Amino acid sequence: MNDNELLNLDFTDIKIDPNLSRRELLKTIGGGIIIFFCVGDSSVLEAQRRGGRGYPDDFNTYLKIGPDGRIACYTGKIEMGQGIITSLGQMLADEVDVSLESVDMVMGDTSVCPWDMGTFGSMSTRFFGPPLRAAGAEARRVLLELAAEQLKVPQDRLVAENGVIYDKEQKDKRVTYGDLAKGKTIARRAKEKPSLKSPSEFKVMNKSFTRRDSAEKVTGKAKYAGDIRLPGMLYAKLLRPPAHGAKLKNVDTAAAEKIEGVTVVHEDDLVAVLHKNPDQAAEALSKVTAEFDPSPLKVDDQTIFDHLLKNAGNSNVGAHGGNLEEGQKQAEIIVEQTYLDGYKAHAAMETHTALAQVEGNKVTVWISTQTPFPAKDQIAKALSFDADNVRVITPFVGGGFGGKSAGQQAIEAAKLSKATGKPVQVCWSREEEFFYDTFRPAAVVKIKSGLTKEGKAVLWDYNVYYAGERGAPQFYDIPHHRTTSVGGGFGGGASPHPFATGAWRAPGNNTNCFARESQIDIMAAKAKMDPIEFRLKNLKDERAIRVLKAAAEKFDWKPAPSPSGRGLGVAVGTDSDTFVAQIAEVQVDKRTGRVQVKRVLCAQDMGLVINPEGATIQVEGCITMGLGYTLTEDIHFKGGMILDRNFDTYELPRFSSLPKIETVLLDLKNEPAHGGGEPAIIIVGAVVANAIHDATGARLLQLPLTPERVRKAITAIA
Amino acid sequence: MAETIAFTLNDKPVSVTTDGQRPLLWVLRTDFSLTGTKFGCGQAQCGACTVLVDNKAVRSCVYPVRNAGGREVRTIEGLSQNGDLHPLQKAFVEHDALQCGFCTPGMILTAYSLLQQNPQPTREEIIQGMDHNLCRCGAHTRIIDAIQSAATALKGGTSR
Repeated sequence: MNDNELLNLDFTDIKIDPNLSRRELLKTIGGGIIIFFCVGDSSVLEAQRRGGRGYPDDFNTYLKIGPDGRIACYTGKIEMGQGIITSLGQMLADEVDVSLESVDMVMGDTSVCPWDMGTFGSMSTRFFGPPLRAAGAEARRVLLELAAEQLKVPQDRLVAENGVIYDKEQKDKRVTYGDLAKGKTIARRAKEKPSLKSPSEFKVMNKSFTRRDSAEKVTGKAKYAGDIRLPGMLYAKLLRPPAHGAKLKNVDTAAAEKIEGVTVVHEDDLVAVLHKNPDQAAEALSKVTAEFDPSPLKVDDQTIFDHLLKNAGNSNVGAHGGNLEEGQKQAEIIVEQTYLDGYKAHAAMETHTALAQVEGNKVTVWISTQTPFPAKDQIAKALSFDADNVRVITPFVGGGFGGKSAGQQAIEAAKLSKATGKPVQVCWSREEEFFYDTFRPAAVVKIKSGLTKEGKAVLWDYNVYYAGERGAPQFYDIPHHRTTSVGGGFGGGASPHPFATGAWRAPGNNTNCFARESQIDIMAAKAKMDPIEFRLKNLKDERAIRVLKAAAEKFDWKPAPSPSGRGLGVAVGTDSDTFVAQIAEVQVDKRTGRVQVKRVLCAQDMGLVINPEGATIQVEGCITMGLGYTLTEDIHFKGGMILDRNFDTYELPRFSSLPKIETVLLDLKNEPAHGGGEPAIIIVGAVVANAIHDATGARLLQLPLTPERVRKAITAIA
Repeated sequence: MAETIAFTLNDKPVSVTTDGQRPLLWVLRTDFSLTGTKFGCGQAQCGACTVLVDNKAVRSCVYPVRNAGGREVRTIEGLSQNGDLHPLQKAFVEHDALQCGFCTPGMILTAYSLLQQNPQPTREEIIQGMDHNLCRCGAHTRIIDAIQSAATALKGGTSR
């Protein structure tokens, strides 16, 4: 991904007549000044195209200046806590020259928002941000043009400020944006490359703002998919198999049907009990008896790693350079290790929820989803409806983390609404959530690396199985290296995973960073070098060096080879074009193996920071969530049966498990904005494992770093 | 079996005729359309469904509505008075002590109950008091800060 391309998009005018969808759109959103904008054909959007469908080449961003002077931003992106409701608004406000309060975000409604692949991959600011800013700049240009006409003042004498345009030589000659938009419907397509504000002109961007949605969220007014109420709506509870792979043999719904107010739907494998109260639907479902063929799956959480290796298909060679044999010859010390990582749940506090209302051949579905537009297509297919007759509305989403990308619950709700003729809500129980989650995949990483006695890395043979390639290529200066990957992280038809897997906050990168940064740490220890000095000696990438130095400086790092007994660990990584370095301090109870993380410092190079407060919160969230996969979280299963069904056995980080977190955002406002939602989570596993080694001399090779594993590792070296 | 249960809900007398075993959570969310109280786990393990009964935090997902009879129930919708946010709500806003917001009503009401019992808690006491409320987004340190600052704001005054 070349960041410079973000700043050099080709904003050519596409001279086509407004098509039907745009005309309909204009009808829907009403009058005012509307700016359509196209990102253009640029390789920066390749990531968005991976799903097989590109951004429309007509327009993909638009905004409206209403007669009330408010600026509405329409985006297919959604708000799930990551804070783009604030940061995207900041970008737009600055370019149009209004206050943040004057910007309204209209998000995730497929009937008024331009098509979008989904909200994931830390892409909103990086990829939607630049065209949004450009559209804002174009809007400002159009407003200046209109003002020049209306005030009869040449444009170069006009100043736009906080929603007003005035003549700088005669300040009472002024007109508001709202007055310029009043009574007009002007649809403009951005014609030329707009000139964006430079950092010295920022008034809203690169400034800290608190969340814009918090007033709604602290009063209970914020609506999530499960909070929408429609007259006559029913709540559905569905019959579920006891294990993945178990097939329904027979079912008896007679007892449930006798309960007053209960509707039963049985279509193929879909067996649902509906009632006007969700708890009573669940109660009725417990009266349904069913027999399932046992699941043919035999693998469990202990045997999964052998199973994955045994079923490994062909490997793809990714980054490579030099010659491994030559590296082997040059190496005076060889380190060979295997790293393991189990399945992780997303465990958002809001379970998958949808409310569907079928009316004739049309359907409206409110969904907790990160991907409203793909969900729309899925629903259309499931109901055999024309996609134009499907409207998806995305209210606030109660956490996603990559887990709200499959539309199963929405399809279930839509089918049941069609079958009953009533609005139907499907809200998964926590048990269903754990069962149907698209887990972060279990994975194995095998690394053989070599170094000279002076501490120069010369060999890197890295093989990852099933985590995926993200974060797998190493960025150290190692002359002879090769990275191979077997199996993607997202499952698929021939997947050896016993159940669905999918994107989990920085997919693949957590596992790959755990392996790489642990291995680098082992190499540093073999060379009897301080882990930061060793990394700096073997790094050429300037951004990695810069961020690591920033972390060391802020932490007041005193060099010492590991294990120093201090309990300090280091790790560095890159994700979504952002670089992160962390230093952690841990305390290990050698008798119980219990680890308390005392302090984590994170330095982050994310280029231009749109909302420093929001970015800091994302770092804090990443570190906190990261401590879960690092210390406690692991899915236990036997055959197709998921044994973790609630938070009693699947342990999330708690208030008492938290360290002091310090965030250092590098001030790089002249660089493009990079991703912020995921990078800081990727190295948490590694930084804690390395700190445990520094405290005890014991090396942990499997996530999570449970007390039992820590104790065993300590015993092994005693 | 249906029975009529009368209680005070957000300062207003209400009654509901329903099976008294039903969890208060679903009665609030469906019969009263008060959707600020969230479903998170159904087993009193996450705290998203926390409401106040006689000013004490309870997990409404396992609290039979019958037990609310004759008592004062308060949900997140009933915490602000005359349009003014409660100091806890204000502190959560000012400290950005939330992200997705789904655990927030339960966090605020658990903190309310904590401050009722211990108006000036130490940081450690806040951690202990909040430890059974889960937040997946990782707003924890900001939540602690918000509760501390609300405790200070409430100092000397009544808690409502």
